[in-house]
Amino acid sequence: MKQLVILSGKGGTGKTSVTAALAQLASSGEHPLRTVLADADVDAANLELLLAPVIQEKHTFIGGKTAIIDPQLCGQCGTCKSVCRFDAVIETDEGFHIDPIACEGCGACVYQCPAETIRMEPEVAGQWFKSGSKFGPLFHAALTPAQENSGKLVSLVKEQAKQHAIKDGADLTLVDGPPGIGCAVISAISGADLALIVSEPTAAGVHDMKRVLDIAKQFSVPVFVCINKADIYLEGADSIEAFCQQNGIEVIGRIPFDPAVTEAMVQGQTVINYNADAPASAALIGIWQEILKKINNHSKES
Amino acid sequence: MKIAVASGKGGTGKTTIAASLAVALAEQGAKISCLDCDVEAPNAHIFLQPAFDQSKEVTLQIPEVNTELCAGCGRCAKVCEFNAIIVFGSDPLVFPKLCHGCGSCTLVCPEHAISEIPRPLGLLESGPAMQGINFAHGVLSVGEPLAVPVISQLKKWAAPTASEITILDSPPGSSCPVVESLRGADYVILVTEPTPFGLHDLKLALQLTQELDLPAGVILNRDGIGDDGVEKYCEAGGLPILMRIPFERQIGAGIAQGKTLVEIHPEYLQHFQDLYQLILTLIPANQGAR
Repeated sequence: MKQLVILSGKGGTGKTSVTAALAQLASSGEHPLRTVLADADVDAANLELLLAPVIQEKHTFIGGKTAIIDPQLCGQCGTCKSVCRFDAVIETDEGFHIDPIACEGCGACVYQCPAETIRMEPEVAGQWFKSGSKFGPLFHAALTPAQENSGKLVSLVKEQAKQHAIKDGADLTLVDGPPGIGCAVISAISGADLALIVSEPTAAGVHDMKRVLDIAKQFSVPVFVCINKADIYLEGADSIEAFCQQNGIEVIGRIPFDPAVTEAMVQGQTVINYNADAPASAALIGIWQEILKKINNHSKES
Repeated sequence: MKIAVASGKGGTGKTTIAASLAVALAEQGAKISCLDCDVEAPNAHIFLQPAFDQSKEVTLQIPEVNTELCAGCGRCAKVCEFNAIIVFGSDPLVFPKLCHGCGSCTLVCPEHAISEIPRPLGLLESGPAMQGINFAHGVLSVGEPLAVPVISQLKKWAAPTASEITILDSPPGSSCPVVESLRGADYVILVTEPTPFGLHDLKLALQLTQELDLPAGVILNRDGIGDDGVEKYCEAGGLPILMRIPFERQIGAGIAQGKTLVEIHPEYLQHFQDLYQLILTLIPANQGAR
């Protein structure tokens, strides 16, 4: 079983539309792969909007803990406020209380309170789901807005997908990653066999692509690039190719800007499903063939 | 006055709008500072071209155990909620990347065997940008998981004066780095696009602004692609649409080259100045007082 993660650095380059199209291509055709899908962008989980999943299991996600002061027992000494490094203890006329959004869940105040009036309570930070979809089982989640621990939820979703894939004898797990390079991305790339970077030919896209390529390097994950909306600014696309060539990174395809991608999204479909002859679909079919070669080569090597 | 530019979905145009608003207001002669809080993918400098003349390393205080003083009691490991310090036998082992820098272990150690050392997480940089904008951003080092301390230290380090208008460019999403960026803002501009993805993620971002009790309005970018879901949602919820930016290849190509909307279409100078006046009318009178 191979795990392919789709990342970008910059948001909105088309990770999810590409992942959904690849999911369809992987699980159909002459030699369909048994595919498991994971949406690791738990802050903004959109893969479900293209796959019409039917939820089979729903679970609560406990993120971290939050400190709570018992106002009846509090001696108003203010020790909690002085030890908190996250500015989470608020002093009002009614006494001290904890801002649950600012609370890091470290528990430093709990151990320092001389009156032992502070306790930690587990906080429900979201939900995760196992669903059925046309292209394979989908593991996805919804982090409650303003919550922490998106990295932990990403790890959980990926672990569930992996366990299922092993049990089911799946060939491929496709992971739709989050934007950025921080904790959620680190959780998404950890343990992946291959990474596809969806770049776009904008100055910002290139800047952020370089940072995510560095992450892949640090985690020793083999990486390759596709350029989305490549014809929006051709000079930009050429400079991505030049940069990748200099750094020994393969560019496996260019996807043109194509209104069919947005039209498909409005219909809640993959672009392949919506119009297999659209220019973006044709490009994605070519990209999938390249990925298939990478997966097969990787299997031979390991 | 602090205006934050946020969105649930990535790539909706936050940075383009933050930079364009900063330029348009600076053109009027206002004192503007612009803080790029998207420390994982900082891009506003590409648009505003600052000449960085100051920098500061961002560090997190992590424990260092003096093994000569350590009695191996394991209190440090017991209180650590992040499994960043464990005790096998007698010598505690610290996992720097798991540490949140809360200092709890330092405080509980009965032998005072724990001191704290700074661990670098990233870099803050500042300097004058185009039209005299005071620009600052944070850059999370590659491989570091914690964006929040970089954002909070950026906001403290580049603390603007009260007379300035501050534009904060937020990261995408709806979790802790966004909360840290929006904290203390007077108004939040939520940038979205008229698509099912845009609508789904707008709802999450709006939930976050409500949780933080911040007034918010919407900028509809790439107006004309997709459907009318966002528009209907805003109408039903009484959420103001502050501005519409049509989908145009020329705009896309200009942004690709790092140009603000004001540079691509000069009429946006007036549009963004009007946007600011509109926002002033939408901020509740008691907002700044809290």
